[in-house]
Amino acid sequence: MATNTLPVTGKPRPASARRTTVFMKLLMALSGALFVFYVLVHMYGNLKIFGGVEAFDEYALHLRTILMPILPFGGFLWLFRALLVVALVAHAWSAFYLWSRARGARTTRYVAKEAAKATLKSRMMRWGGVALLLFLVWHLLQFTILKFNVGPEAAGDSAGKLVISSFQVWWVVLIYLLALVALGMHLWHGVWSASQTLGWTSSARSRRTAKSVATVIALVTAIGFALPPLAILFGIVKG
Amino acid sequence: MNLTLKIWRQAGPKATGEMVTYPVSGISEDMSFLEMLDVLNEQLNARGEEPIAFDSDCREGICGMCGLMISGKAHGPEVTTTCQLHMRSFSDGDEITIEPWRADAFPVIKDLVVDRSSFDRIIQAGGFISANTGSAPEAHSVPVPKPKADRSFMAAACIGCGACVAACPNASGMLFLGAKITHLGELPQGQPERDARVVNMLTQHDDEGFGGCTNIGECSSACPKEIPLDVINQLNKDLRHALAHGE
Ligand code: SF4
Ligand code: FES
Repeated sequence: MATNTLPVTGKPRPASARRTTVFMKLLMALSGALFVFYVLVHMYGNLKIFGGVEAFDEYALHLRTILMPILPFGGFLWLFRALLVVALVAHAWSAFYLWSRARGARTTRYVAKEAAKATLKSRMMRWGGVALLLFLVWHLLQFTILKFNVGPEAAGDSAGKLVISSFQVWWVVLIYLLALVALGMHLWHGVWSASQTLGWTSSARSRRTAKSVATVIALVTAIGFALPPLAILFGIVKG
Repeated sequence: MNLTLKIWRQAGPKATGEMVTYPVSGISEDMSFLEMLDVLNEQLNARGEEPIAFDSDCREGICGMCGLMISGKAHGPEVTTTCQLHMRSFSDGDEITIEPWRADAFPVIKDLVVDRSSFDRIIQAGGFISANTGSAPEAHSVPVPKPKADRSFMAAACIGCGACVAACPNASGMLFLGAKITHLGELPQGQPERDARVVNMLTQHDDEGFGGCTNIGECSSACPKEIPLDVINQLNKDLRHALAHGE
């Protein structure tokens, strides 16, 4: 079929690398990388509960005294939290931007469409991300902001005791396990995806490596986070 | 072979379309998919009905005109173009759904025909190199390392068919775009415009309304020329370099 000479469409705009979809992806990859680092550290910290309530509380205290005479008590922690909030905004904003673009890019759907490569983990990035966001709100309310105790034991000011008491409740553990499945899948696709966005996967070999690293990070994180709640629920770790 | 075809019929760009069912019989398994549609169109013509509009040109897998979504797969079940797909890939009694590429950047013109000139505009925005015209330059004056020549050639195999966009859950054109970026970026002749090329072509891609890539890989498995996903990695890398160079 013959087509016409190219008509000029749309308003021409000055091209800038900062206003492209790939720039949004870079934002998402970099903020995601910070979260990967953060969840690994957080997961490691949680394992301190196996050393008992004192070890856990001491660790929590240490987090507040990092760089101490230079920064005030809790100063480093607050700086880090501020950084995380900025990263969260960048991550979610770029995600919603790309999501809405994708919706607009195919307004008429296929009657029949078969997926060849898409996996549950890659399809669940968006809804899984939303689930993680909701979980984050619940998690921060429970352990950071309100510190409400749904468990049977008194916690007082001790973060360790609050953790032990909370995870004796089965539905609290269930919520966490579900969130960990979401987190694991998000990391599994996310780490590989970020490597690709950052331009690190130019050969078949580096692509395989990126996929393996993603699998390892996803598994280590999900299992590492799941151990303390399960150990507490089954009475292996007691207050 | 006897088949039941469910085909998207749409009278024009603005008309609303619908799936219409057509039984066809007497199909040989040596026919190509397009010849099978030709047979159906002859029957429609004989009955005085409007034949089904579909695109094709070379019918030998090199021009990229013939893309169809066949039972949910771009170019059907084999790694090839629709014109090179043969009916032996199907079985007697099959029900086959045939739809046009679905992407807002590829508007339907009629039935199965879509307008892919958004791809042409992306090429126009930067898919070129600057060279002096005149007599052909001495072939060895600009040496190209073999691995780079190979990678460039691999990317240059893209025929612009649009299957990558059709298969992508985000309707992103980044496999096509990545192929063009890699094709020119691997060669010495592509270096002067390299930063501007990626920014301009990507801006045009975005302005045409294609979605952003989320690294799922549907594109690459639908591609009749087996363009690998790493061309998108190259596109991302080139954009990162362009950013660093202040483009
Ligand atoms: S990359 Fe492959 S699927 Fe996409 S336009 Fe080129 S040849 Fe077609
Ligand atoms: S008609 Fe040219 S590639 Fe199919």
